Amino acid sequence: MTFNRRRFIQAAGAGVSASAFPSFAFAQSSPIRLGLMTVKTGPLASGGIDMERALVQYLKERDYMMAGRKVELFVGDSGGVPAQSRTKLQELVERDKIQIMIGPLDTASALASDDYIRSQQLLTLSVAAAEDMTQRKPNPWFTRGTSTSSQSAQPLADYCAKTLKFKRMITIADDIAYGHEMCAGFQRVFEDAGGKIVQKLFPPLTVPDYGTYIAQLKTNVDAIFLGFAGSNGFRFFRQFNEYGLRGKIAVVGGMTAFDEAVLRNMGDEALGIITSCWYSAEIENAINKRFAANFRVDWGYDPGFYAAATYVEATVLDATLQKIHGKIEDKQAFMKTVRAIKVDTARGPVRFDHLGNVIGNVYIRKVERKDGRLVNTVIYTYPDVSQFWTYKEQEFLKNPVYSRDWPPAKNLES
Amino acid sequence: MQYWIIQTLNSLALGGLLFLLAAGFSLIFGLMRIANLTHGSLYMLGAYVGVTILKFVPNLWLAALIGGAVIAVFGGLIERFILRALAGNALGQVLVTLGISFIVADFCLIVWGGDPIPVQTPLALQQPLRIGGVAFPTYRLVVLAIAVVTAIVLYVLMERTRIGAMIRAGVDDMPMARAVGIPVSKLFTAVFCLGAGLAGAGGIIGGPIMSAYPGLDADMLPLALIVVILGGIGSLLGAFVGSFVIGAIYTFGTALLPDLAYVILFLPMIVVIAFRPRGLFGRRTV
Amino acid sequence: MTKWARWIVLAAGLAALPWVAGEYYVNLTSQIFIAAIFAASLNLLVGYGGLPSLGHASWLGLAAYLSAWMSLKLGLGHWATAPAALLATTLVACAFGWISLRATGLGFLMITLALSQVLWGTAYRWVSVTDGDNGLRGLTRPAPFGWSLDSAASFYYFALAVTVVAIFLMAMFVASPFGAALRGTRDQPRRMSALGHDVWTIRWVTFVYSGFWGAVSGLLFVYYNKYIHPASLSITSSAEALLGVIAGGSGTLAGPIVGAAIIMLLKNYVSAYVERWNMLMGFVFVLIVIFVPEGVVPGARRLWARWRAR
Repeated sequence: MTFNRRRFIQAAGAGVSASAFPSFAFAQSSPIRLGLMTVKTGPLASGGIDMERALVQYLKERDYMMAGRKVELFVGDSGGVPAQSRTKLQELVERDKIQIMIGPLDTASALASDDYIRSQQLLTLSVAAAEDMTQRKPNPWFTRGTSTSSQSAQPLADYCAKTLKFKRMITIADDIAYGHEMCAGFQRVFEDAGGKIVQKLFPPLTVPDYGTYIAQLKTNVDAIFLGFAGSNGFRFFRQFNEYGLRGKIAVVGGMTAFDEAVLRNMGDEALGIITSCWYSAEIENAINKRFAANFRVDWGYDPGFYAAATYVEATVLDATLQKIHGKIEDKQAFMKTVRAIKVDTARGPVRFDHLGNVIGNVYIRKVERKDGRLVNTVIYTYPDVSQFWTYKEQEFLKNPVYSRDWPPAKNLES
Repeated sequence: MQYWIIQTLNSLALGGLLFLLAAGFSLIFGLMRIANLTHGSLYMLGAYVGVTILKFVPNLWLAALIGGAVIAVFGGLIERFILRALAGNALGQVLVTLGISFIVADFCLIVWGGDPIPVQTPLALQQPLRIGGVAFPTYRLVVLAIAVVTAIVLYVLMERTRIGAMIRAGVDDMPMARAVGIPVSKLFTAVFCLGAGLAGAGGIIGGPIMSAYPGLDADMLPLALIVVILGGIGSLLGAFVGSFVIGAIYTFGTALLPDLAYVILFLPMIVVIAFRPRGLFGRRTV
Repeated sequence: MTKWARWIVLAAGLAALPWVAGEYYVNLTSQIFIAAIFAASLNLLVGYGGLPSLGHASWLGLAAYLSAWMSLKLGLGHWATAPAALLATTLVACAFGWISLRATGLGFLMITLALSQVLWGTAYRWVSVTDGDNGLRGLTRPAPFGWSLDSAASFYYFALAVTVVAIFLMAMFVASPFGAALRGTRDQPRRMSALGHDVWTIRWVTFVYSGFWGAVSGLLFVYYNKYIHPASLSITSSAEALLGVIAGGSGTLAGPIVGAAIIMLLKNYVSAYVERWNMLMGFVFVLIVIFVPEGVVPGARRLWARWRAR
């Protein structure tokens, strides 16, 4: 047996710490209690179920061990209702005594849980996109490995203006904070690059039919940006085609409009659509190749936004735990380490800014057919994208948060 | 000009779709005094069942007929075994129909999953109709035509057949109808089946426009309620007119006053109940 | 044991809870208290008044939003926002009651539903005031006489106290001559009218009183969660209260409390063990309605009496 110096030092260190810090040694042998706050019933269920599947896959791949400790997973279903999300979180914290949470899925649930996270000092690795939680009202326990609402849209605006050379565009998104923030970010970068947003539409989140909005679309534009979430992007797009607008106006989408989960139910009409996201199942790094292939084998479809979200957060968690030798009980050390960490994940290299939001690659993707199914092929990569795009952080934060009315749309035509 | 034409066509198309949904609800509400809060779920279940049927029978119209029949049978079972046991207990019926809608919604989630499932528009109707520079989805106009045909068929059923007469008698005066010897229980089951079948078929026919997705039931049910209240309970003409009025209010209202989208939808219902409780064409008050 | 003695024993038992149970259960019970007041206030209308409403969430949401908005945007303290929110909501209840009582039965149900949907839609779209889908957060709990309610146990006692007072006052209302008249209008409106009672006014007063207590539950709700979102104004919220009232037993005082507890437990506790808890909830309601159509509490009494009489 060869002498493994690393193992020796680890063992010696463990021995020393066991004698000098008995409480820590005791904690080492008890499992890490990980909570997943997701949505498994109701309209958001599709993404929520993917979140659980990918996280379980990560844990299974490692035999439910991280940094030498067993991991116990507790899953909470909020049904997509914010008050329920908070209650479920209380259950996970007070009854199951979770030490760290991955999630929640939706912005409203994150905002509803904000004060509870602060008062309980609960370590959180978020999926939800609520901007201000890492901007003007930063939560010191909150780290986000996915994206703010506008973080992935701003590079796309740059791509639309500079590479695709669009000059006039329409934005349309759900009438919720996520949609407002995303379109605001897109508009700002697009107009700063010389383009004009001539129309902004925000249909309600649950609208059965988009006909009345499609009729309002101006046709003398180059493209339309879809900032929808869930299944709305897909539904809008189908109706868009039925009204004969396909080919007349180019379609580009945000990070959730044509997610892999939605794409698998679409046909050739989706070919050629360009979207941007911090992930694509087609990313060519070793971690993602393995993740996507295994996910496909297990579930029969490509992982998308939500599946990748928890897999990436789990990778970050694992790397952080390795660095602090599994001592998740030391919350300060965890937060300091996680915000300083640099790790390779399925989405590429990832690090965090001092407010807890991720800095990573954003991919411009195009829908193509490969192996008989539709995929989001990566056609361009913007590296090292932060939540502030190319703007200076101080100046960015001095402005009001992105919303329906900010930045003001000066080029709208009636 | 083009804009107004398209929006008018939109309101007509939406009205047609709403009629398929509301006609059944109005009949059930009118005859049986049951606010069938499962109606939205039946519509959604119809859409999902249609998706499955389409895998084996790739013809949308056949699928709609078969699917409608399946949902009709399901509705009949609900009526016969559950609702009949609660005759006279109006609150209980509300509770039960709500409970069943939870069950159906979760069932759909288990069987068909959480993603929206598209329903393919029949190939022949996929290209938009282009008249005078205006492009409009052909399929929506077909739905409008179907709604009109259905309205005519139902009208003939109500006004020119014996069964229709019995139903109308039941709507107008239940005790007398019983006294005259009309088999009210059988009629109830038949009407509930008919209403459920219309909802189910409507779900499939509406599929190419709306797809099948979780939450479809919650999106459609309030619309059915509004149409029926506005048009008058138990009145087919009311359901027909109400559907198009709501279609127009919704389409133009959302375009002209987007911030008040939810408000304008419910305002007509409030005004009607407050000032004309029997609705536009209803024979009795709610 | 007399009826009052039973309630006192229950209250005493509940007062002991924080000593024996963990924080999670204390919090869960606080939420049951809030749901109980919400359901009991609805019951005044549904059970004793015979007027089924699907818009009760209006009061909870309105009071919660008013309190939240006043403290966030106007910077007022709770001693000001609480009475102001209650007063404003009660005034709205006066107006909504006037509109809704143009109909009875299912028409009444529809109007209350429609009015509640109007409020819901407004909460979603009037972003400048309500922040739409983000909800209003960063709220605080009041500190009556300097007593902080931030810990689970202290909030629990506060909620318990409010619940005891609320149920007591509602019981007084029901037992009073007015309450008897109300039940008269439920059972025989025409006869009551012939006897000279102003049926409309009796119903209207009940509507407003019910709205007031709904507002109280709304304040407790926003204090507990420190957050309010339009989802609390949705049909689902009203429907759950109505289900709780009917399932528990609409003609009794204890019924809605039991019903609210059942729903809370299904949503929060059981959902941890049963993945398809939504479906389970549906089945529970269907079974309750079929086997104990008058509700769990009267049904239990009936079964208990039958068993005793064997």
